[in-house]
Amino acid sequence: MLEITNLVKRYGQNDPVLKGLDLKVDGSSVVSIVGASGAGKSTLLRCINRLVEPTSGSIKLNGNELVNLRGSELRHSRRRIGMVFQGFNLIDRLTVMENVLSGRLGYVSFFQALTRRFPQADINRAFHLMERVGIAHYADKRADQLSGGERQRVAVVRALMQEPEILLADEPTASLDPKTSQQIMSLLQRLASEMSLPVLINIHNVTQARMYTDRIVGMRHGQMIFDGAPKDFNQDALDAIYGGIESPDEDNGEPDTADDHTQGALV
Amino acid sequence: MTDLKTAASGAPTRVWKKPPFIANPWIRYGLIVVTLSYLYWAFATLPFDWERIAEGLPRAGRIFGGAFPPSFERGGLLWTGFKESFQIAFLATLLGVSLSLPIAVMAARNVAPLPVYLLGRTLIIVSRSFHPVIVAILFVAAVGFGPLAGILTLTLYSIGFVAKLLAEEIEEIDWGQVEAMRSVGAGYLKMLIYGIFPQIMPRQIGLAMYQLDSNLRASAVVGIVGAGGIGGTLMNAFGRYDYDFAFAILLMIIGIILISEAISGWVRKKVW
Repeated sequence: MLEITNLVKRYGQNDPVLKGLDLKVDGSSVVSIVGASGAGKSTLLRCINRLVEPTSGSIKLNGNELVNLRGSELRHSRRRIGMVFQGFNLIDRLTVMENVLSGRLGYVSFFQALTRRFPQADINRAFHLMERVGIAHYADKRADQLSGGERQRVAVVRALMQEPEILLADEPTASLDPKTSQQIMSLLQRLASEMSLPVLINIHNVTQARMYTDRIVGMRHGQMIFDGAPKDFNQDALDAIYGGIESPDEDNGEPDTADDHTQGALV
Repeated sequence: MTDLKTAASGAPTRVWKKPPFIANPWIRYGLIVVTLSYLYWAFATLPFDWERIAEGLPRAGRIFGGAFPPSFERGGLLWTGFKESFQIAFLATLLGVSLSLPIAVMAARNVAPLPVYLLGRTLIIVSRSFHPVIVAILFVAAVGFGPLAGILTLTLYSIGFVAKLLAEEIEEIDWGQVEAMRSVGAGYLKMLIYGIFPQIMPRQIGLAMYQLDSNLRASAVVGIVGAGGIGGTLMNAFGRYDYDFAFAILLMIIGIILISEAISGWVRKKVW
C-alpha cells in the first residue's frame, strides 16, 4: 500500500509544484493520474522513487517511510519500486537480456553486474517474463533495434524483474502509436491483476485512462482536484482539470516529456 | 491570414539582406583595419634575411639531392627503430586510455561532485599544457634516455586528449538511461557500468584508435630528444649527413602512418 501525505515539492524559491498532496493506493488497483503539462504528475511519481527530492511530507510504501532515506537504504527501497518511462530509457547498446537483467542491479554484487554473471534464478525469471510479454526471441538483440512497443515491453519487464511492490509508469504510451499504446496499457492492466501489483500511470490520453484503469486522479497546479472511478470522470471533471489552461492552442493533449519536472528548475 | 494576403498583393517590393556577422559597423570595419595593419607591421618588422635565404636554397637542394635515391641498406637499424617506436606508442596508448576512463568520469560535471570534478579537470589541464617534446625532455632528464621516457611522455599526452574528449562525451549522454539505473536501485559503480559506459563505448574505441595513430606519429618526434624509437635513428642519420638513409626513414614513417590511419579509420567505422 502506498500512502502519500501532505507532499510538497518546491523547486528553488518558486511556487510549489506539489502543494500538500494526499494519495492512498492500495491492493492491486491501477490508478491513472491525469492533468495538463506542468500540473505536477511527473514530479509526483519521481518523488515516490526519489529521483526528485520532496521538499516535505511523507511517502510510505507498505509502512516504510521513503522520504529522508539515504545511501544504501534508499537503494534498497528503490529496488521495490519499478518505473517505466516515456522514452523507455533502455540501455540502447546492450542486449535485451542485459537490459532485462539490469532490473536486478540492486540485488547482485558489483562483480556479478560487471561480468553479467547473474544468478540462475534471475535468468529464469527474465525468460519467463519475456515470454509473458512476447519478447523472449529478442533476448540477444540490441535494444535499439526494437520497435517502440517492443522496447516499452522490455522496459516493463526490467521493472518487473525488480520484484516491485509498486509500479510507476510516467506516460508510458506517449511515445507510441495509438494501437501500440493500447497494447501497452492493457498489458499493464493485466500484469497488475496477475501479480496483484498496484500501478500508478501518468497519462494524457483520457480515453485510455477511462478504459484501462480502476481509478482516476486528476491534478491541477499541484493539487488533486478529482479522485474517483472512471465512470464518474465526466465532462465537468475534464473541464476542471484541463479547462482554462493558458495557451490553449498548444494544449492538444500531446505529451511534454521534460516539462513536468524541469519547468520549475529552469526558471 | 489577412495580413499575408495584403502583403503579397499590393505592397511595394521589400529587400532583404543576410544580417552581417558582426552587427556593429564600427567593430566590423575596425576589426578589418586592425587585422590588415597588424599584418603589414608584422611583415615589415620581421627580420627576413633575403641574402641568407638565397644562399640557403642551393644547400637545401644539395640535401634533397643527397637524399635521392633513399637508401634502405641499413634495414636492420630501421626495423629496430620502428619496432621500438611501435612498442612505445602501443604501451602508451593502452596505459593512457585506461587511465583516461577514470579521469574522464572525474572530470564530467554531471557524474562527479564538485571537488572531484575540479581535480579531474586539473589533471587534464596539466597533461595538456605542454607539447610532448617538452614533456619528453623533462622525462628524459628524470628517467634517462630510452623508451621508458617515451612511454611516460605519450601516456601523459594520451590522457590529456582522450580524457578531455571522453569527459565531454559523458557530459552529453542521454540522462534517461542513468535515471533508469538509479530507479532500479543500482549504486554509483553499477550505474557507471550500465548507464554510462555503453553510451560512450564507441567513442572510446574510436579515440583509442585515433590516439594509437597519433602516438605513433608523436613517438617519432619524442625520439629526437632521446626518448627512444625511430626519432633517435632519424636524428643520428641527419647528424652523420646520411640524407639517403634519413629519407628512407621519412618514407617509412609516412607509409606506416598511412597504414595505421587506414586501419583506425576502418575500425572506427565498424564500431557503432
